[in-house]
Amino acid sequence: MTRLTLSRALNEGLRRSLENDPKVMIMGEDVGKLGGVFRVTDGLQKDLGEHRVVDTPLAESGIVGTAIGLAMRGYRPVCEIQFDGFVYPATDQIVSQLAKMRYRSKGKVALPVVIRIPFGGGIGAVEHHSESPEVFFAHTAGLRVVACADPADAYAMIQLAIASDDPVIFFEPKRRYWDKAEVDTAAPLSAALPLDQARTVHPGNDVTLLSYGPLVRTCLEAALAADADGRSVEVIDLRSLSPLDMATVSASVARTGRCVIAHEAPVYAGLGAEIAARVTEQCFYSLEAPVLRVGGFAIPYPSARLEEHYLPDLDRILDAVDRTFAY
Amino acid sequence: MTTETIQLLTPEGERVERPDYPLGDVDIRGMYRDMVLVRRLDSEAVALQRQGELGLWASLLGQEAAQVGSARALSPRDMAFPSYREHGVAWCRGLPPVRLIEMFRGVNNGTWDPEEHKFHLYTIVIGDQALHATGYAMGIQRDASEDEAVIAYFGDGATSQGDVSEAFGWAAVFHAPVVFFCQNNQFAISAPPERQSRVPIYQRASGFGFPGVRVDGNDVLACYAVTRKALRAARDGEGPTLIEAFTYRMGAHTTTDDPTRYRLASEVEAWRLRDPIERVRAYLARTREADAAFFEQVEAEADELAATLRAACLALPDPPPMSLFDHVYASAGGGSGSAILDAEREQYAAYLGGFAEEGAE
Repeated sequence: MTRLTLSRALNEGLRRSLENDPKVMIMGEDVGKLGGVFRVTDGLQKDLGEHRVVDTPLAESGIVGTAIGLAMRGYRPVCEIQFDGFVYPATDQIVSQLAKMRYRSKGKVALPVVIRIPFGGGIGAVEHHSESPEVFFAHTAGLRVVACADPADAYAMIQLAIASDDPVIFFEPKRRYWDKAEVDTAAPLSAALPLDQARTVHPGNDVTLLSYGPLVRTCLEAALAADADGRSVEVIDLRSLSPLDMATVSASVARTGRCVIAHEAPVYAGLGAEIAARVTEQCFYSLEAPVLRVGGFAIPYPSARLEEHYLPDLDRILDAVDRTFAY
Repeated sequence: MTTETIQLLTPEGERVERPDYPLGDVDIRGMYRDMVLVRRLDSEAVALQRQGELGLWASLLGQEAAQVGSARALSPRDMAFPSYREHGVAWCRGLPPVRLIEMFRGVNNGTWDPEEHKFHLYTIVIGDQALHATGYAMGIQRDASEDEAVIAYFGDGATSQGDVSEAFGWAAVFHAPVVFFCQNNQFAISAPPERQSRVPIYQRASGFGFPGVRVDGNDVLACYAVTRKALRAARDGEGPTLIEAFTYRMGAHTTTDDPTRYRLASEVEAWRLRDPIERVRAYLARTREADAAFFEQVEAEADELAATLRAACLALPDPPPMSLFDHVYASAGGGSGSAILDAEREQYAAYLGGFAEEGAE
């Protein structure tokens, strides 16, 4: 066990994948010499060479489009999109090509490409640096969409994503890059929780609180605060946003009878809407209250001095939890 | 900058000697045969669409020389990335034409193994494949393979796409072994090249730092020689080349299009005099490299190809409904790879099964 930041854990996971499979590559803006603006790829080019860790021209569609070509040639590229708000120029390549290639070719062309995207707010950034675009990709069949939440899981998840034969959109909670925790870098990957499964991070009996990415920590803190008030909150880290692990979610809600979903992305047509619909279908006779959602408002991401009002924090999440007990 | 157009065979079928573009040991009769056959399969596909057997067809009429000439310059290991009109390239790569028919009939989305014929899947979103070709070429570099190159096909309209510019930039800075083959057929559906660019297309390469050349796209020998030279340069580590094959789309954009709304019949007639097949026929006849029996034989082959293609088209079964759910994800253990999708598949099978039970009663 070593104590690592989330950023460092991703770095170690990437390094391990690069070392274990000569076909794995990293490509993106400033990922080589600089080591990425968040230093996630720090030192990898120095140790593995410019052919394996490629500083690309500054064009997101080019990064993903050439990664697709490399994957067609048998490589496993890991692309870094520098910030969430910069992924849109690559949307055509992701949605029209990357996601559909296996389906349209009837399995003859697999594209094992990982696209890493630091996402979410809370770092006081300028515009386009704090967004949560996950639902665009979750709505696109053929992509696996995942979000990591803590260092130990990030270390395993990035390796699982690279090993996946499907394209994976890999969201990293940028305001948690500096969170530290124990990571077992000696553990075999086969022991890791599969990429498409949710995980219960805090057991409870009264209400199920679902989240992913940066808000998992906030939800854990909310659960601890609720514990002190005598209310038992079960927190589930969804991990996989597409496909969703509804088996884990429904089993929990069937037991607790209440469900709250928290994400930074706007509530409107967000992932919470999909989950609420499915929970209602699958747990109708167990529900004591409607499924509640807490998240961003139906506005563009605000400027930094307003973001504390936009981002769901511990109090807003607890407020939603309280409201489910009003029914 | 000059706008020289490389030509090795005039519209009248006269050979033009160009020592800088050697032909080598070239099979001109074979080129003629290929062009006649692909024109015939193309016209048969148009007829099939008119008869309701295909949803759509994008005709290559007029572009036979550009496609056959460039494709014949490829070595067996070179990889081609087509747009959606490269039926002549597909033919030269050995792809059974019925694979193309399947896509335009709607039996599938264009499904073949790209590595089997070194011919990638058709790409409909304009210009996307230029980046795939460049990435594939970067893979060749990483494999340290010295006898492989890539060719990316696209049209004049595609040169306005960001992805094509990005591919030019990428290929140039990484010195990737890729040839960009632009068939300038004068139309992006209705828009002329002047609406895409203020400079001739081939000249755009110089701004990216690699050579561009314009070739008579209706001259199969020139298309062959120019492409061969560019591919050799790519294999030799000299980086990319942009080839602009100056040609003309004699047919409609696709079977849904009406070109009379945006071009004059006289313009089409003028280009008919520059027909890519007629000039080779004139050359072969005059030099006595081919006789009447040869031409008759090729015509007979073309008719046979068309009949075979028609029969194959009509025999294509509709895919089974439950195949809807296949190959969205890498599957494991009989599942679809997604529990969400598994549930949808199960539900829809049960729904369809309900009708079967009703029918049995």
